[in-house]
Amino acid sequence: MIRVLLFSSLREELNRSLIEIPACGISDVSCLIQKLEESQGKVWGCILRGENILIAVNQIMVHDNQPITDGDEVAFFPPVTGG
Amino acid sequence: MFLRAVIQEEPFNAQSETARIRDFSDKIGGIVSFLGVVRDLNEGNEVKSLFLEHYPGMTERQLEEIARAACDRWNVLAISIIHRIGRLHPNDDIVFVGVGSEHRAEAFMACEYIMDYLKTNAAFWKKEQSVNGSRWLVTRDNDLKAANRWTSDSVSPDNEAEY
Repeated sequence: MIRVLLFSSLREELNRSLIEIPACGISDVSCLIQKLEESQGKVWGCILRGENILIAVNQIMVHDNQPITDGDEVAFFPPVTGG
Repeated sequence: MFLRAVIQEEPFNAQSETARIRDFSDKIGGIVSFLGVVRDLNEGNEVKSLFLEHYPGMTERQLEEIARAACDRWNVLAISIIHRIGRLHPNDDIVFVGVGSEHRAEAFMACEYIMDYLKTNAAFWKKEQSVNGSRWLVTRDNDLKAANRWTSDSVSPDNEAEY
Protein backbone atom coordinates (compact mmCIF):
# COMPACT_ATOMS: atom_id res chain seq x y z
CA MET A 1 0.00 0.00 0.00
CA ILE A 2 0.97 3.62 -0.53
CA ARG A 3 0.10 5.89 2.36
CA VAL A 4 -1.03 9.32 1.14
CA LEU A 5 -1.14 12.26 3.56
CA LEU A 6 -2.80 15.62 2.90
CA PHE A 7 -2.13 18.76 4.90
CA SER A 8 -3.57 22.21 5.43
CA SER A 9 -5.88 23.54 2.69
CA LEU A 10 -5.52 20.32 0.62
CA ARG A 11 -6.90 18.26 3.50
CA GLU A 12 -9.90 20.57 3.73
CA GLU A 13 -10.50 20.78 -0.02
CA LEU A 14 -10.38 16.99 -0.45
CA ASN A 15 -11.93 16.27 2.95
CA ARG A 16 -9.33 13.60 3.80
CA SER A 17 -6.12 13.63 5.82
CA LEU A 18 -5.06 10.08 4.94
CA ILE A 19 -5.82 7.62 2.20
CA GLU A 20 -4.12 4.29 1.48
CA ILE A 21 -4.12 2.88 -2.02
CA PRO A 22 -2.63 -0.35 -3.44
CA ALA A 23 0.90 0.15 -4.80
CA CYS A 24 0.25 -2.14 -7.76
CA GLY A 25 0.93 -0.33 -11.04
CA ILE A 26 2.14 2.88 -9.40
CA SER A 27 5.67 3.75 -10.51
CA ASP A 28 6.01 7.40 -9.52
CA VAL A 29 4.16 10.32 -7.92
CA SER A 30 2.43 11.49 -11.10
CA CYS A 31 1.19 7.93 -11.59
CA LEU A 32 -0.14 7.98 -8.02
CA ILE A 33 -2.03 11.21 -8.75
CA GLN A 34 -3.53 9.54 -11.85
CA LYS A 35 -4.70 6.59 -9.72
CA LEU A 36 -6.17 8.90 -7.07
CA GLU A 37 -8.00 10.82 -9.78
CA GLU A 38 -9.46 7.57 -11.17
CA SER A 39 -10.51 6.18 -7.79
CA GLN A 40 -11.48 9.33 -5.86
CA GLY A 41 -12.67 11.74 -8.54
CA LYS A 42 -11.35 14.32 -10.98
CA VAL A 43 -11.05 17.00 -8.30
CA TRP A 44 -8.14 15.05 -6.78
CA GLY A 45 -6.17 15.36 -10.00
CA CYS A 46 -6.98 19.05 -10.38
CA ILE A 47 -5.88 19.87 -6.83
CA LEU A 48 -2.82 17.60 -6.54
CA ARG A 49 -1.46 18.82 -9.89
CA GLY A 50 -1.85 22.44 -8.75
CA GLU A 51 1.01 24.78 -9.65
CA ASN A 52 2.28 25.41 -6.12
CA ILE A 53 1.63 22.00 -4.60
CA LEU A 54 4.61 20.52 -2.76
CA ILE A 55 5.31 16.79 -2.56
CA ALA A 56 7.28 14.74 -0.02
CA VAL A 57 8.06 11.03 -0.30
CA ASN A 58 9.04 9.43 3.00
CA GLN A 59 9.29 12.97 4.39
CA ILE A 60 11.82 14.18 1.78
CA MET A 61 10.81 16.92 -0.68
CA VAL A 62 10.63 15.61 -4.26
CA HIS A 63 9.21 16.33 -7.73
CA ASP A 64 6.31 14.44 -9.29
CA ASN A 65 8.63 12.18 -11.31
CA GLN A 66 9.94 10.66 -8.05
CA PRO A 67 9.72 6.83 -8.16
CA ILE A 68 7.66 5.26 -5.37
CA THR A 69 7.27 1.72 -4.12
CA ASP A 70 5.05 -0.32 -1.83
CA GLY A 71 5.12 1.00 1.75
CA ASP A 72 6.08 4.57 0.84
CA GLU A 73 4.49 7.59 2.51
CA VAL A 74 3.58 10.37 0.06
CA ALA A 75 2.48 13.77 1.35
CA PHE A 76 0.93 16.66 -0.58
CA PHE A 77 0.74 20.17 0.83
CA PRO A 78 0.67 23.87 -0.12
CA PRO A 79 3.63 26.24 0.36
CA VAL A 80 4.57 26.58 4.02
CA THR A 81 3.66 29.55 6.25
CA GLY A 82 5.32 28.97 9.63
CA GLY A 83 7.28 31.34 11.82
CA MET B 1 27.60 21.98 20.32
CA PHE B 2 24.14 22.47 21.78
CA LEU B 3 21.29 21.95 19.32
CA ARG B 4 17.65 21.83 20.28
CA ALA B 5 14.62 21.86 17.94
CA VAL B 6 11.23 21.41 19.56
CA ILE B 7 7.63 21.62 18.35
CA GLN B 8 5.00 21.92 21.06
CA GLU B 9 1.49 23.14 21.83
CA GLU B 10 2.43 24.50 25.24
CA PRO B 11 3.75 28.02 25.79
CA PHE B 12 7.52 28.38 26.21
CA ASN B 13 9.64 30.71 28.30
CA ALA B 14 11.98 32.68 26.07
CA GLN B 15 14.04 33.87 29.03
CA SER B 16 14.75 30.39 30.35
CA GLU B 17 15.61 29.22 26.82
CA THR B 18 18.09 32.07 26.52
CA ALA B 19 19.56 31.10 29.90
CA ARG B 20 19.85 27.49 28.74
CA ILE B 21 21.96 28.68 25.78
CA ARG B 22 24.06 30.96 28.00
CA ASP B 23 24.72 28.18 30.51
CA PHE B 24 25.81 25.71 27.84
CA SER B 25 29.35 27.05 27.55
CA ASP B 26 31.61 29.68 29.08
CA LYS B 27 32.89 30.34 25.55
CA ILE B 28 29.60 31.99 24.62
CA GLY B 29 30.08 35.73 24.42
CA GLY B 30 26.78 36.70 22.84
CA ILE B 31 23.28 35.38 22.33
CA VAL B 32 20.91 36.60 19.63
CA SER B 33 17.32 35.53 19.94
CA PHE B 34 14.20 36.07 17.87
CA LEU B 35 10.71 35.82 19.32
CA GLY B 36 7.79 35.62 16.89
CA VAL B 37 4.43 36.74 18.28
CA VAL B 38 0.84 36.57 16.94
CA ARG B 39 -0.22 39.99 15.61
CA ASP B 40 -3.74 41.33 16.17
CA LEU B 41 -3.94 42.71 12.62
CA ASN B 42 -2.84 40.94 9.45
CA GLU B 43 -3.31 42.49 6.00
CA GLY B 44 -6.17 44.57 7.35
CA ASN B 45 -7.93 41.65 9.04
CA GLU B 46 -8.57 41.76 12.76
CA VAL B 47 -7.15 38.40 13.89
CA LYS B 48 -9.11 36.44 16.50
CA SER B 49 -6.86 33.37 16.49
CA LEU B 50 -4.37 31.35 14.47
CA PHE B 51 -4.31 27.60 14.03
CA LEU B 52 -0.86 26.14 13.32
CA GLU B 53 -0.42 22.73 11.78
CA HIS B 54 2.76 20.74 11.02
CA TYR B 55 3.86 17.44 9.49
CA PRO B 56 4.85 15.35 12.53
CA GLY B 57 8.28 13.82 12.05
CA MET B 58 9.21 15.73 8.92
CA THR B 59 8.97 19.23 10.40
CA GLU B 60 11.12 18.34 13.43
CA ARG B 61 13.78 16.95 11.10
CA GLN B 62 13.63 20.04 8.88
CA LEU B 63 14.24 22.31 11.87
CA GLU B 64 17.26 20.23 12.86
CA GLU B 65 18.58 20.37 9.30
CA ILE B 66 18.20 24.17 9.20
CA ALA B 67 20.04 24.43 12.54
CA ARG B 68 22.83 22.13 11.31
CA ALA B 69 23.16 24.16 8.09
CA ALA B 70 23.60 27.29 10.22
CA CYS B 71 26.29 25.49 12.28
CA ASP B 72 28.13 24.50 9.10
CA ARG B 73 28.07 28.07 7.89
CA TRP B 74 28.97 30.00 11.03
CA ASN B 75 31.02 29.31 14.09
CA VAL B 76 28.19 29.10 16.60
CA LEU B 77 28.09 27.14 19.86
CA ALA B 78 24.41 26.74 20.69
CA ILE B 79 21.11 26.84 18.80
CA SER B 80 17.62 26.46 20.22
CA ILE B 81 14.47 26.50 18.08
CA ILE B 82 10.98 26.18 19.58
CA HIS B 83 7.88 26.40 17.40
CA ARG B 84 4.35 26.19 18.73
CA ILE B 85 1.42 24.48 17.02
CA GLY B 86 -2.32 24.39 17.66
CA ARG B 87 -4.58 27.31 18.55
CA LEU B 88 -2.87 30.63 19.30
CA HIS B 89 -4.21 34.11 20.00
CA PRO B 90 -2.91 37.66 19.49
CA ASN B 91 0.09 38.37 21.70
CA ASP B 92 0.91 34.64 22.11
CA ASP B 93 4.48 33.57 21.38
CA ILE B 94 4.74 31.43 18.21
CA VAL B 95 8.43 30.83 17.64
CA PHE B 96 11.75 31.24 19.44
CA VAL B 97 15.16 31.02 17.81
CA GLY B 98 18.21 31.57 19.99
CA VAL B 99 21.84 31.37 18.89
CA GLY B 100 24.90 31.60 21.10
CA SER B 101 28.39 32.22 19.75
CA GLU B 102 31.74 33.65 20.79
CA HIS B 103 31.16 36.89 18.87
CA ARG B 104 27.88 38.61 18.08
CA ALA B 105 28.18 38.85 14.29
CA GLU B 106 27.86 35.12 13.81
CA ALA B 107 24.93 34.83 16.20
CA PHE B 108 23.08 37.66 14.43
CA MET B 109 23.56 36.07 11.02
CA ALA B 110 22.81 32.51 12.06
CA CYS B 111 19.61 33.61 13.84
CA GLU B 112 18.38 35.51 10.79
CA TYR B 113 19.32 32.63 8.48
CA ILE B 114 17.42 30.12 10.63
CA MET B 115 14.28 32.28 10.70
CA ASP B 116 14.43 32.93 6.93
CA TYR B 117 14.65 29.21 6.19
CA LEU B 118 12.15 28.22 8.86
CA LYS B 119 9.55 30.55 7.31
CA THR B 120 10.04 29.24 3.77
CA ASN B 121 11.15 25.61 4.17
CA ALA B 122 9.75 24.07 7.34
CA ALA B 123 6.39 22.29 7.05
CA PHE B 124 4.10 24.55 9.08
CA TRP B 125 0.80 26.03 7.93
CA LYS B 126 -1.20 28.83 9.52
CA LYS B 127 -4.95 29.25 9.34
CA GLU B 128 -6.17 32.63 10.44
CA GLN B 129 -9.54 33.22 12.08
CA SER B 130 -10.54 36.86 11.78
CA VAL B 131 -13.74 38.84 12.00
CA ASN B 132 -14.03 38.21 8.23
CA GLY B 133 -13.96 34.39 8.58
CA SER B 134 -11.11 31.92 8.29
CA ARG B 135 -8.41 31.45 5.64
CA TRP B 136 -5.16 29.58 5.14
CA LEU B 137 -2.32 32.07 4.84
CA VAL B 138 -0.08 32.12 1.76
CA THR B 139 3.70 32.48 1.64
CA ARG B 140 4.74 36.12 1.40
CA ASP B 141 7.05 37.15 -1.46
CA ASN B 142 9.21 39.06 1.02
CA ASP B 143 9.82 35.87 3.00
CA LEU B 144 10.93 34.06 -0.17
CA LYS B 145 13.21 36.97 -1.08
CA ALA B 146 14.69 36.95 2.42
CA ALA B 147 15.54 33.24 2.17
CA ASN B 148 16.92 33.62 -1.37
CA ARG B 149 19.42 36.24 -0.20
CA TRP B 150 21.47 33.51 1.44
CA THR B 151 22.05 31.75 -1.88
CA SER B 152 22.09 34.75 -4.21
CA ASP B 153 25.40 36.13 -5.54
CA SER B 154 24.04 39.65 -5.96
CA VAL B 155 23.27 40.39 -2.32
CA SER B 156 25.18 38.46 0.26
CA PRO B 157 24.47 38.97 3.95
CA ASP B 158 27.71 37.14 4.64
CA ASN B 159 30.07 39.23 6.66
CA GLU B 160 33.13 37.59 8.03
CA ALA B 161 34.20 40.56 10.16
CA GLU B 162 34.68 39.94 13.86
CA TYR B 163 33.18 42.68 15.97
